[in-house]
Amino acid sequence: MFKTIANLQIGEKAFIEKLCLDNIPLKLLEMGCLPGIEVQLIQKAPMQDPLYIKVNGSHLAIRRETAEKITIVVK
Amino acid sequence: MLSNSELMSDDKVVKVALIGNPNTGKTSLFNQLTGLKQKVGNYPGITVEKKQGLCKLNNTIKAEVTDLPGTYSINPTSLDETLVLDTLLNEKNDSYPDVVVVVVEIENIKRNLLLFTQIKDLKIPTILVINMIDQMKRKGIDIDVKKLEESLNTKIVLASARKKIGIDELKSVILDYKKLDAIPISNITDRIDKEYFTKLKNAFPEFPLYKSWLLITQNNEFDFLNNQQKELVLKFREDLGCIKRYQHKETILRYQIINNVLKDSFKVDKSKASDLRGILDRILTHKIFGYVIFALILLFIFQGIFDWATYPMDLIDGAFASLSSWIKTVLPPGTFTNLIAEGIIPGIGGVVIFIPQIAILFTFISILEETGYMSRVVFLMDKIMRKFGMSGKSVIPLISGTACAIPAIMASRNIGNWKERLVTILVIPFTTCSARLPVYAILIALIIPDKQVLGILNLQGLTMMALYLLGFTAALLSAVLLNSTLKVKGKSLFVIEMPNYKIPSIKNIFYEVVEKTKAFIFGAGKIILAISIVLWFLASNGPSKFKNAEEFVTSKQENKELTESALQKKVASYKLEHSYIGYMGKSIEPAIKPMGYDWKIGIALISSFAAREVFVGALATIYNVDSDSENVGTIKQRMAAEINPDTGKKRFDFPTGVSLLLFYAFAMQCVGTLAIVKRETNSWKWPIFQLVGMGLLAYISAIIAFNIFS
Ligand SMILES: Nc1nc2c(ncn2[C@@H]2O[C@H](COP(=O)(O)OP(=O)(O)O)[C@@H](O)[C@H]2O)c(=O)[nH]1
Ligand SMILES: [Mg+2]
Repeated sequence: MFKTIANLQIGEKAFIEKLCLDNIPLKLLEMGCLPGIEVQLIQKAPMQDPLYIKVNGSHLAIRRETAEKITIVVK
Repeated sequence: MLSNSELMSDDKVVKVALIGNPNTGKTSLFNQLTGLKQKVGNYPGITVEKKQGLCKLNNTIKAEVTDLPGTYSINPTSLDETLVLDTLLNEKNDSYPDVVVVVVEIENIKRNLLLFTQIKDLKIPTILVINMIDQMKRKGIDIDVKKLEESLNTKIVLASARKKIGIDELKSVILDYKKLDAIPISNITDRIDKEYFTKLKNAFPEFPLYKSWLLITQNNEFDFLNNQQKELVLKFREDLGCIKRYQHKETILRYQIINNVLKDSFKVDKSKASDLRGILDRILTHKIFGYVIFALILLFIFQGIFDWATYPMDLIDGAFASLSSWIKTVLPPGTFTNLIAEGIIPGIGGVVIFIPQIAILFTFISILEETGYMSRVVFLMDKIMRKFGMSGKSVIPLISGTACAIPAIMASRNIGNWKERLVTILVIPFTTCSARLPVYAILIALIIPDKQVLGILNLQGLTMMALYLLGFTAALLSAVLLNSTLKVKGKSLFVIEMPNYKIPSIKNIFYEVVEKTKAFIFGAGKIILAISIVLWFLASNGPSKFKNAEEFVTSKQENKELTESALQKKVASYKLEHSYIGYMGKSIEPAIKPMGYDWKIGIALISSFAAREVFVGALATIYNVDSDSENVGTIKQRMAAEINPDTGKKRFDFPTGVSLLLFYAFAMQCVGTLAIVKRETNSWKWPIFQLVGMGLLAYISAIIAFNIFS
């Protein structure tokens, strides 16, 4: 099973998987979600959606459906 | 002979565009550069708001500065962002810049520079402003400006829009913009795929290569291209997979370049960082406290609109009433005096009275936006709003809708998903805008007793609250309905930035409030004033019966014994009945009778068709013409005294009042909103849909309410 950002616990850190380039929407890449970069889950809204993450110096909120597309490698 | 400076006068305006990520301080910088010399116009064609201002660079040369919407990259995903792209690609665009000022924020310089490198590749002269340097020490940041300038191939200005640092330096750099070089930072296209981009270059030899790349990667039609160019663009767009891959590659390469550049010239001492943000986030986005705090803030805002705003509003109301009476005593009686006292002054008063509420509401909203709290609200509300077919980003437009639907609908532009945006736009007019307030206020005062219940709550206040809730409920329910019936495709990514918390800047808030208030006064205000005057004219003129009113009434047997003033009153009311507007009101009377209205209320309905706030003013005009002219009094007194001849009871009794309240809660009576919906959705279909749908709902519920309560 792949792990994605949606599987992270609050406070947990991981790296965005190098190979998932095609799955990440361009806009997220532009906002700093790059393969190989560390990502941390900061907060989940009720019902686990959206997710508040910190990545590459940016603090972003993304919907669960998007988070599920970004596979990660846990440290 | 013309002097030298006059001859060159056309060259003396430098066009400057402020571009940058959201929240980097573009608007703050814009305010510092231009002060109050700002105007908000529209972009031709797409009619998105355009904020421009003049800035004096030296004694002879001025800069025309445009504040563009924030964007993370040059590849747009929403209407707001498309504007930036269009401004930069279309040389025929009015605001095509001579020089671009890219504003970046010191704390997130890495991501901010992505946009900078893209713009630089377009070969437009570019200045880099690193803003918020007042925060530099506190965050432990150290920048080697010289090195950064060299590696980014640009002129850098360190600035603080808040502390007024670097503004003069920026002006002098803008002044010398011709000395800036417009060379791209690195040959990024070669590193993506040399062969492909050589082909592209040969296809459009007239454009900078990166511009051609943007032309083929966007889905837009570009009107400024000729047919041959358009065809070429389409041809390149055929290989979509390839374009996508290269866009990804481009972004990664840009980040690599930026990382390399920053490695030597930008250092952060992590030990200086404080975790205030973390603590605040934990509280403000908490599962329970987060919502409690948001609810309290909303309550506080409504307190402001309902309670505090009533003091200045009462003052304004009273002032305009006495101004009218005073004018009548000083000017000689006649048509001209009447036009001023009964048409123009109440008309202006009807506009001015909204200022306190709009100003208070936008003060709150801009404080919430300035502090960074709004993004937390979006985060908290997104999932809930999605159940209603909207987005977390719809919350701000819906709250703004309580001031005025027009800016609220425009605020929905940053919702990237078209369906969510459309639903938001369609339901916004249900929220209780301030134009409904005077209608509600006067009707509530007439039909609900001014009593305390449960010790502290005021019955009239509670009714007002209930009407607000009714507006929101109607908005949400119709959103659910629209969401499940509308067949509109809309897929787009939801990403929002959670900015750091900031202490709001009073200056920014002030400018924002002034701008929004001005937009209302000159937008809706003009309509209100115009209608008031037309209304006065229609009420004080009429066909033959109107002209012979005096003779007819005086000659009537039963009126022979009346006193002079009573006779005058009879004449006036006969005149109103036979004026143009009287005939109009009478002609719709059969249709509105089921709701409990008579022809006089019909007049008010007709006139408030274009703007609901005109209701009160219209009734004022009607009863003013109707009453004897020396004793003007307040509108409320006049309405309370009105008797329904059919029943002998008060005209504005409970059933009629409730029916009117519901009608005004649901009906789409605002030409300004219809016009803006047409513009924002680019079709007449949606405003007509709103007009008919909301109208039917209003009509039916008013009839039901009237019959239940009578
Ligand atoms: N500390 C600090 N805050 C600033 C500075 N410039 C702007 N801000 C704040 O940053 C936030 C975003 O500013 P704004 O001008 O609205 O940014 P825009 O979205 O780029 O137009 C506001 O809260 C401003 O008060 C600055 O130089 N220093
Ligand atoms: Mg701004």
